[in-house]
Amino acid sequence: MRLRLNPIACHAHGLCAELLPELVDLDEWGYPILADGGHVPSALVDQAKAAVAACPTLALRLVKPA
Amino acid sequence: MTTVTSYAPPRGPRLLAGWADTARVADLSAHVGRYGPLPPVDRALIGMVDAAGLRGRGGAWFPTGRKLAAVAAGGRRPIVVANGADGEPASDKDHALLTVAPHLVLDGMVLAATALGAADAILCVHRGDPLAPAVHAAMRQRTGDPVAIRLVELPARYVASEESALVNFLNTGEARPTDTPPRPFERGVRGRPTLVDNVETLANIALIARYGPDWFRAAGTVAAPGTMLATVGGAVTAPGVRELPLGTTVSVALGASGGVSEPVGAVLVGGFGGNWLAMSDAAELPLTPEDLAAVGGSLGVGMLLALPARVCGVAETTRIVRYLAGESAMQCGPCMFGLSSIARDLEMLMFGGRPDVLDRLRHRLGVVRGRGACAHPDGAVRLAASALTVFAADVHTHAMGRPCAGIRVASGIRVPVGGIGLGWR
Amino acid sequence: MWYASRATGLVALLLFTASLVIGVLSGGRLAGTRWPRFAVAAVHRNVSLLAVVFLAVHVGTSIIDPFAGIGWLDAILPFGSVYHPLWLGLGAVASDLLVAVVITSLLRPRVNLRLWQWAHWSSYACWPLAVVHGIGVYPTDFRLGWVFALNIACVVVVIVAIGWRVGVSHPDTDARAGRHVTGM
Repeated sequence: MRLRLNPIACHAHGLCAELLPELVDLDEWGYPILADGGHVPSALVDQAKAAVAACPTLALRLVKPA
Repeated sequence: MTTVTSYAPPRGPRLLAGWADTARVADLSAHVGRYGPLPPVDRALIGMVDAAGLRGRGGAWFPTGRKLAAVAAGGRRPIVVANGADGEPASDKDHALLTVAPHLVLDGMVLAATALGAADAILCVHRGDPLAPAVHAAMRQRTGDPVAIRLVELPARYVASEESALVNFLNTGEARPTDTPPRPFERGVRGRPTLVDNVETLANIALIARYGPDWFRAAGTVAAPGTMLATVGGAVTAPGVRELPLGTTVSVALGASGGVSEPVGAVLVGGFGGNWLAMSDAAELPLTPEDLAAVGGSLGVGMLLALPARVCGVAETTRIVRYLAGESAMQCGPCMFGLSSIARDLEMLMFGGRPDVLDRLRHRLGVVRGRGACAHPDGAVRLAASALTVFAADVHTHAMGRPCAGIRVASGIRVPVGGIGLGWR
Repeated sequence: MWYASRATGLVALLLFTASLVIGVLSGGRLAGTRWPRFAVAAVHRNVSLLAVVFLAVHVGTSIIDPFAGIGWLDAILPFGSVYHPLWLGLGAVASDLLVAVVITSLLRPRVNLRLWQWAHWSSYACWPLAVVHGIGVYPTDFRLGWVFALNIACVVVVIVAIGWRVGVSHPDTDARAGRHVTGM
């Protein structure tokens, strides 16, 4: 599974980084940087789903790898 | 299907053959007199374009045959969009082509639309382009085109002619890029598979349909066949648009523009979002997408700017990045904040900064790359990163607080002011 | 039963006020070191759901109690009741809107963002309707000092929260609105 960010929808609320610090870092302006191209190890899939649900603008999505 | 053989294929200039021979704009009868009438085509044209190896001349150099096939496989009736906007301020090739050979472009649009089964084709230029009335006149000369052609004027912004921005403008009236997927070839204007191609690409399709893939491959290289329209500017004696075979070296391209007018330290290749190359590295570099990629650059829209050696490369880069920052569509955080931060860092370096500014700049270049919805921030990052390499010695002295005298020397390269007063509609 | 209806109604109003205030503060990106955004969001969600429970009991007891002759249809279709039709009806309108808020929120992230946003913004209409409904349907309660004070406190707290919210801005909002971007 992979995290995909819509950079236009992202308004730097930062909840994703709070809930998933292992995979999401914030740049100096508060926007998320996804580690490892957004790849989600199976152990973190539940947290990733929580991060996706928590985003106020639904900018983060969980997708199957292409 | 057979190719037209009763009209001799051009040798030397192809798209600009009429201009080269007559120094006159080709109206419809001159166009037909030189290239022959519009050939009948069907879906097989896609295979011909693929066999010819034509690659998109809008900056990406993507194989056109593959793009056509992808649009054709879309399921719904497609639509053709021709990009004639010359989004790069320092590129003039779309203008040149639409001015001297509009019917090649219009032919290409009709042929692509026919092959794809599209009912309409849209030609896009910037609003207020003095070219528009002449293009309208060329369109009016044509009767009997099986496809309806429309001219649409976009806001004159840098990213307005980006592929997804064009489609967004046609759908919503706002010329800002959108998040992809889906890409236009899958779902674009009014949800239909949309072919977005540069006018130069379409003009080449008009020639391939007449003279065939083998003729097309007679110029250029195996990986990048055909000719390209290069806009050569900066410190050259005769700046302008030249049609050159792909694979021509930078020094030959500069020579075709009258040669350099003064000693040149570096060239900017591709566009404002392209790369600086040291003249010593660039002189024998063939102008093909692969050769440019091999040196970390991009052929882009075939723009070549020669920077005089007495002009400060850091200062010139600062001016261009300031423009690019001002032209951000202001939709993605890393672009809206990153580019202006990078511009500020470059400014500080330009006027003599501290070494930590250089470190901060390097860090920011790494952070901003690849995190926008479109490639706009990547272009600015690429330009700035190439400046740090190509002008490394100068950058070092600037960072030590000793800016060079060259910061006050004008380069002759026209860098507009970005973002003032214009909207996105 | 009627007392239960009044009591749960008042508690529901207090909880909805808390929910609205937390929601407004969250929209203004209020957060602290011990209250990260996701924690504030979780409190907002829990308080809201609790408020909905109290609302359900409030509506249920109002219907069951024979005193006012309120039917279950009056809880959904406004202005048709025999008892204080206008004020009761406002409550029905508020809870109808609330149903949309709750359903769209429970279905996140599968719901279209615009739809969720519009539904959620209607809560700015729900809450004043609930306040007015409470005052109108229970005029005698309203004259009780402590009930009056509670209502005023709710209104003040909401006004202060909205006032704060309107005054704050974030660089992202400013940049998108075309206001000056300071790139540092």
